[in-house]
Amino acid sequence: MEQGETTGVIRRAPGVRVSLVVALGLIVAALSLGALAIGPFALSPAETLVALFGGGEQQAQVVVQNIRLPRVAAALLVGAALAAAGASYQTLFRNPLVSPDILGVSAGAGLGAVIGIFLSLPVAFIQLFAFAGGLAAVVLVTVVASAVRNTDRILALVLTGVVIGALAGAATSLLKVLADPYDQLPAITFWLLGSLASVTTADILPALPAVLIGLVPLVLLRWRINVLSLGDDEARALGVEAGRVRFIVIAAATLITASVTALAGVVGWVGLVIPHIARMIVGPSFARLLPVSAIIGAGYLLVVDTLARTIGAVEIPLGILTAVIGAPFFIWLLASGRRGWA
Amino acid sequence: MKLEASGLEIGYGPFIVGRDIDLTVSPGDICCLLGPNGCGKTTLFRTMLGLIPSLGGRVMLGGQPLASLSRIEIARRISYVPQAHAPPFPYEALEIVMMGRTVRLGRFAQPGPADRAAAYEEMERLGIADLAGRDYTRLSGGQRQLVLIARALAQRAPLIVMDEPTASLDFGNQALVLGEIGKLAHAASRSGQGVVLSTHNPDHAFALGSEVVLMHDGGIYRRGTPQEVLTSESLSTVYGVPVGVERTPSGRHVCISAPLGDGARLAARGA
Repeated sequence: MEQGETTGVIRRAPGVRVSLVVALGLIVAALSLGALAIGPFALSPAETLVALFGGGEQQAQVVVQNIRLPRVAAALLVGAALAAAGASYQTLFRNPLVSPDILGVSAGAGLGAVIGIFLSLPVAFIQLFAFAGGLAAVVLVTVVASAVRNTDRILALVLTGVVIGALAGAATSLLKVLADPYDQLPAITFWLLGSLASVTTADILPALPAVLIGLVPLVLLRWRINVLSLGDDEARALGVEAGRVRFIVIAAATLITASVTALAGVVGWVGLVIPHIARMIVGPSFARLLPVSAIIGAGYLLVVDTLARTIGAVEIPLGILTAVIGAPFFIWLLASGRRGWA
Repeated sequence: MKLEASGLEIGYGPFIVGRDIDLTVSPGDICCLLGPNGCGKTTLFRTMLGLIPSLGGRVMLGGQPLASLSRIEIARRISYVPQAHAPPFPYEALEIVMMGRTVRLGRFAQPGPADRAAAYEEMERLGIADLAGRDYTRLSGGQRQLVLIARALAQRAPLIVMDEPTASLDFGNQALVLGEIGKLAHAASRSGQGVVLSTHNPDHAFALGSEVVLMHDGGIYRRGTPQEVLTSESLSTVYGVPVGVERTPSGRHVCISAPLGDGARLAARGA
């Protein structure tokens, strides 16, 4: 290796490169402006900017500020949150095939929301039920997994997550059978596929602080999360309280996932696919992976949601589009034979 | 820093792997734990590192019961070299070495330039500085093992424990890694560090020339210098096949296992 390269290796900061974050941020900002301009009431980027800051036609202001802005903000928040949670779970469980619903959070949130819809509760209660259902599922999984006397803690958690998720899925199916087929069933189906069609500013306000609170421990523990990805024995021999760190990361990532699932419904694939793209760009080190995953996730879901509301005569559920885009990408990832799932 | 196990009983839950183990590692000691696969070497190490609880007896580290120490307190005193393996994510080799610096970082901190330089220095010491920027998952087994040794050195603990550092390596890599370990162990010993390592290969115990602790059926069978412990009689008992010890014209000792004609006995052991 040449001398210049060697010193480069030592000097390279373990944190994220600021220029990369700024560049990605600018791309997402440009995408956001585009998303605010696109729709049945089409605007030029300049008109959009003017309307956003309270100028121009009254109608343009209403469309941009009241209709499109909450939706764009929600897409950015949900995408960033799911990708950040996915990156955390993948590193924590030492498995690149893990998605944020590994411990049953989506299944639990789905069941909670379906109960809310089944009882014909107001939207705010449906969201509250979804949030509570997501948290309850993960609490149940961690309690059951720690009661199971298995020396492999991670395996016990993942298998319990599968079991509890399947149970919640069965309960959801039962409610779908019992639900009113003309009124409740379409609402349930739509919710389980994820959508931002009816999101308002009032829906975003409770989710935003929950996501930010969940991100705090992930940022603080960024280095220890790397060490934990070597496995429990090694992490502990390196001075990390593996069980405690894992508990905190699960709690934080679950809070993040449950909050945005309550807002948008079950949106799959984002938390699975985006961390892979981020890892290809900045490598696996969590201090870089977390912010880059969040930014790319935000931009990705914004694009998907904009497609969802513009390509067809009717709204297309987000879960359908993320699967249609995510599945071929994943097959390409497999076929390209990348070792280590970079 | 002294690591002392007395009357130790080791195992997993109800499964007892070994009992009545007394083992002390003092500053400057080099101790080579030798025994066949499955004799309890790894279980003993995991117990002495506090990774699994002991089933009986006690382990003292620096005069304090091991069980009363936190993970970071233990990691500041003992560094651990596991058997080389590939993690699921392609970290740079230097990042793996930097993980040894975790013991010197605040709870919420991450390594800075000083840690990066210190990690690089340990890689230079082992002659693997050129691997620093490489993807750890794509290194050879021998290279990975050296990276893990560099990581343990970066931990700067007074005791180093290595679990079969040569087990999964091919002939050339075994010689390479064993050579580095020999140099390292003697340097560490001179500077007052204690080194414990395990192997299932008696030739490696001869090559290191340090104190040998021979394990058999979960207990300590013999201990002493290689010449005292590694006899034809003791090795034949422990490994369950006839073993001869011969001296080469250059003065090295080599162990010769059962002659090829004696395959029936090997098959009976399920080897």
